[in-house]
Formats: sequence, structure tokens, C-alpha cells
Amino acid sequence: MNTLQNKIIKSIKTHILQLSHKAKSSHIGGCLSIVEILVVLFNSVLRKTSVKRKFKDTFILSKGHACLALYCILFEKGILSKKTLLSYGENNTLLMSHVSHHVPGIKFSTGSLGHGLPVAIGSALSAKKDKSNRKVFVLISDGELNEGTTWEALMFAAHHKLNNLCVIIDYNKLQSLTFVSETIKIEPLIKKISSFGCEVKNINGHNILQLKKALKLKNKNKPRVIIANTIKGKGVSFMENNIAWHYKSPNARELKKALKEVNNA
Amino acid sequence: MRNIFIEELILAAKKNKKIVLIVNDLGYSVVEKFAKMFPNQFYNAGVAEQNMMGIASGMALEGNHVFVYSIGNFPTFRCAEQIRNDVDYHNLPVTIVNVGAGVSYGSLGYTHHSLQDYGLMRLFPNMIIASPGDDMEVRACMKYIVKNSQPSYLRLAKTKNKILHKKIPNVKPGKWLPISTKHTQSKKIFLTTGNIASLAKDLLIRAKYNKFSLYSLPIWGMKFKNIQLNQLKKWDEVLVLEDHLEDGGFGSWIKESTNNQKIKTKIISKSIDKKIISKVGSEQYLLDKYYLKFFGK
Repeated sequence: MNTLQNKIIKSIKTHILQLSHKAKSSHIGGCLSIVEILVVLFNSVLRKTSVKRKFKDTFILSKGHACLALYCILFEKGILSKKTLLSYGENNTLLMSHVSHHVPGIKFSTGSLGHGLPVAIGSALSAKKDKSNRKVFVLISDGELNEGTTWEALMFAAHHKLNNLCVIIDYNKLQSLTFVSETIKIEPLIKKISSFGCEVKNINGHNILQLKKALKLKNKNKPRVIIANTIKGKGVSFMENNIAWHYKSPNARELKKALKEVNNA
Repeated sequence: MRNIFIEELILAAKKNKKIVLIVNDLGYSVVEKFAKMFPNQFYNAGVAEQNMMGIASGMALEGNHVFVYSIGNFPTFRCAEQIRNDVDYHNLPVTIVNVGAGVSYGSLGYTHHSLQDYGLMRLFPNMIIASPGDDMEVRACMKYIVKNSQPSYLRLAKTKNKILHKKIPNVKPGKWLPISTKHTQSKKIFLTTGNIASLAKDLLIRAKYNKFSLYSLPIWGMKFKNIQLNQLKKWDEVLVLEDHLEDGGFGSWIKESTNNQKIKTKIISKSIDKKIISKVGSEQYLLDKYYLKFFGK
């Protein structure tokens, strides 16, 4: 991993930990599982326009509860100010705890699961209709695979050959109450999604090179679905694979320990 | 009304490539002409209304004005959260077109009746409700909606309606539209929205109501509630008519608009009897039995 990228990842994780602690907010585990995905998207994939703070390609965070990770990368990219980022958790902040389109650099608000993918499809369909080469990336959670809209949407995307659409599944294997496998069985996932007519890439969602490769859309007539195998709470040993960190925020002692682990990684 | 809607949509699409029509596998004998003329602006989302509304939002997010065409509860209650979070919250130009106003689909039963839809659409702060009373009002509403792209709900009757206006009226949101004003000195009026205007026109012939005037309100919604009071104040009696249940309906909206201020105007609303639920028959039969009884002989 190059030094700059490593530095950004550490900085984002540090902010996630500090701000969760300060705001006493939930969803830290699902934020830590998507940091590398966001870094690759914003550093290497999403194309910018000449207009400041605007991207040519569309990104939608469908797992809106992981907004803090997105706010942090937007700060790293100079789209959000430090003052705004540090307002997270305060009364009347712009940064609500589910992703908000009122925040610069964010196109669509989510929070209720199963909404982002159909919207991303509408965006991709619009690009096709207008003969634009704009691409659409949408990051969904594995819990969203329980939603009927996810499967309605995948069928539609495959039928319309939306090869400008990339769905990234944050497959951290933990939902809200317990493991995915104990909630609603979704395996065999690769086979299931392939059978819906999508091109599937099964990768390590923390591996920068694998992410970069998977996020290059080349298929001529199929939407791409990336199953990004991740670890919920990645980078902090006592948070990893632990359901408690879907809800808990770190206390001062836990924060100190977590920051030490993240910065020594 | 459906065909008038499509005519107006075709007129709009001829001028604007950003006009899009999405259906949920419905619209037989209505949407084909549009689909043929504008193949790149027409999509069938299949029988998947939540996905359809999400897709409509995504297309609207990219600058399209998307018309979502369906029946009754399918483009409304079935995808209520998509309307709330995706369309209305983002203030996107999506027009939800419901072709089954009131009990238009009488014999198809309760699953196809629109008796609570105003109640849902009234809840969304950015939503305008367009509920035309005749073909001319459909044209007027469509022209307004096309010109003023925003979250909107267009509620249409299935069958042919009486012509109430000789020409396309000039509609303004929240503003009552005169249909019959022969007896303004009586200071008593019917106020209607939507399909029920035809029925109100028939009631004017009855001795009990022959001194009444008739007004319709084709475009309304949360944003225009605060301009009702001044219009109400002009009259001694306003009889509000709707083909909807009382709770959450148009009559409730008009009553709420007074905000408990004391006004001398007597406001009475006549809504459909809730006993209609589970009853079937033609639209006329259902209205005779569960609505017109409120008006006496």
C-alpha cells in the first residue's frame, strides 16, 4: 500500500473513532468496514468535473448509517471543512447521522435500507438514455440483501444491460442483531447474483489493488456487482466481528486503545 | 381522463427529451402511443413498484421529469416510503399518476379503490396534489405540472367525465376555480376536488341545492393550506365534496385550514361512507349507495 493512501486510511479511521466517541454515535463497525472502498473510489475511480466539489460519476451510499466514513473522506478530499466535520453529533449540525444530500459532495440521502440501489439504477438509466459515459457506483450493506427492492433492482439492471452501474456489497457478514448467516441465509451469493444476470467480482474489500481492479468497469452488457468481503470494525481488534459495535461508541479508554491500534497498523 | 393525460404528456415530450414515462406493467391501450413515439423515454419497471419509484427518483435526480403511471394503491401506498424519502425529501420532479380515483375501479374491489390516497399525499411537504374534475382541468393540471416540475400527484378518473369547463381553465395551486356561479347571492357553495365535480354538478339541479354555486380546487397540498381561510370567509356555507374517506381527506384538509380560528362560514364535508369497504359494483352503484345518500332526495 502506498504511503499516502495508508496515511489517508489512518486519518479517516482516526476521525471515525474520535467523532463516534465525541458524538456517542452508533455504527462504527460498519464505518470501519468501508474505509478502503471509499478511499479507492474517491482517490482513483470517481471522475471529477471542472466544477469544484462536483463529480462526473455518481456515488450513492445506500448504507446511510455509515455516513461518518463518507463525511471523513469528503473532508480528506477538501470538500468538507474541518469545522463542518467536527460539528458531527452537535445540535443543528449539517452532518446528520444518516447520510444527507444537504452536505456538499453528497448527491442522495439514505437511511432506510433498500433505497440506494433503485435510485442508482435510475441514475445509470438516465446516463444511458442521454448517451453519457457517466458511471454510477452504489455501496450497499449485506443486510440490504434482505430487502426485496435489492432483487427487484438487480433484475431490472441486468435486463437493461446497465454496464455503467457498479454495485458494491459491503459483505462484513454482521447485521444489526447477529451474523448474516444467522439472520436470513443469503449464500450462495456469487451464484445467486450471477443468476440474476450480473457480472460478479468476489474480492477482499480491504485490499486496495483488488478494489482498484474490480472497480474498473469493462463489461459490455452487464451491471457489475462487487462482493467486497470485509470485516466489521476493521482495524480495531476488540471491535472486529463484534455485533456490539453496530451500536456502541467507544469510551475514553476504548478510544485510546483503538487509536493506538489504528495508528500502529 | 387517461387519454387526455397521455395527449398532454405527448405534447410535453415532443418539446422536451427529459420527459420520461415509467409504468409498472400497466397502461394497456393508454401508454402504447407514447412508448412508440418516444422509445428512449419509456420504461416498464415490471410489477415492482418500490423499485419503480426509486428508479424514477434516480432519473429525476439527473434532471428528468419522470411520470410514474399506475393504478390506485400501487404507485402510492405500495411505495410510500420511496415517495417520502426519495421523491419528496429530495424535492424531485416525479409525477405520480393514479388512474383509479375514488371508486373508479368499482367492481375490482377494495384493493383497487383509492379511498385513502389524499391522506397519504397530504403528508408530504413538497408534494402538490392535482385532482382534476374534468378533461379541461386535466389539461390545465398537466400544463401546470410540466411547467413547474416538482413532486406531484395526479389523480385521474378512469371513465369519461362531464365537461365542466368550455376551455382550459387557468389553474393556480390552492386557488378555487369557479364552475357554476349562477347564484352567488346565496353565499352557499359546493367545493370539490377531482372526479366528484361531475356529481356535484348533478346535485345543483336538486331543489335543495339549486341556489348553490360550484367551485373546484384542482391543485392543492400542504403548501397551499394557508391560503384557504380567506377564500372560505367569503361564503356562508361551504359544502366540501370528495370521493375519499373522511379521515385524512380533502374535507379534513379544508377544515384544518381554518386553524381553529372562529369564522362565520359553516363548513360541512361529505366524504364516502366507510361501509363501502369490501363492497363492489359499478362506480355509479357504489356512489349511489355509499355517498349520494348523504344528500337526500
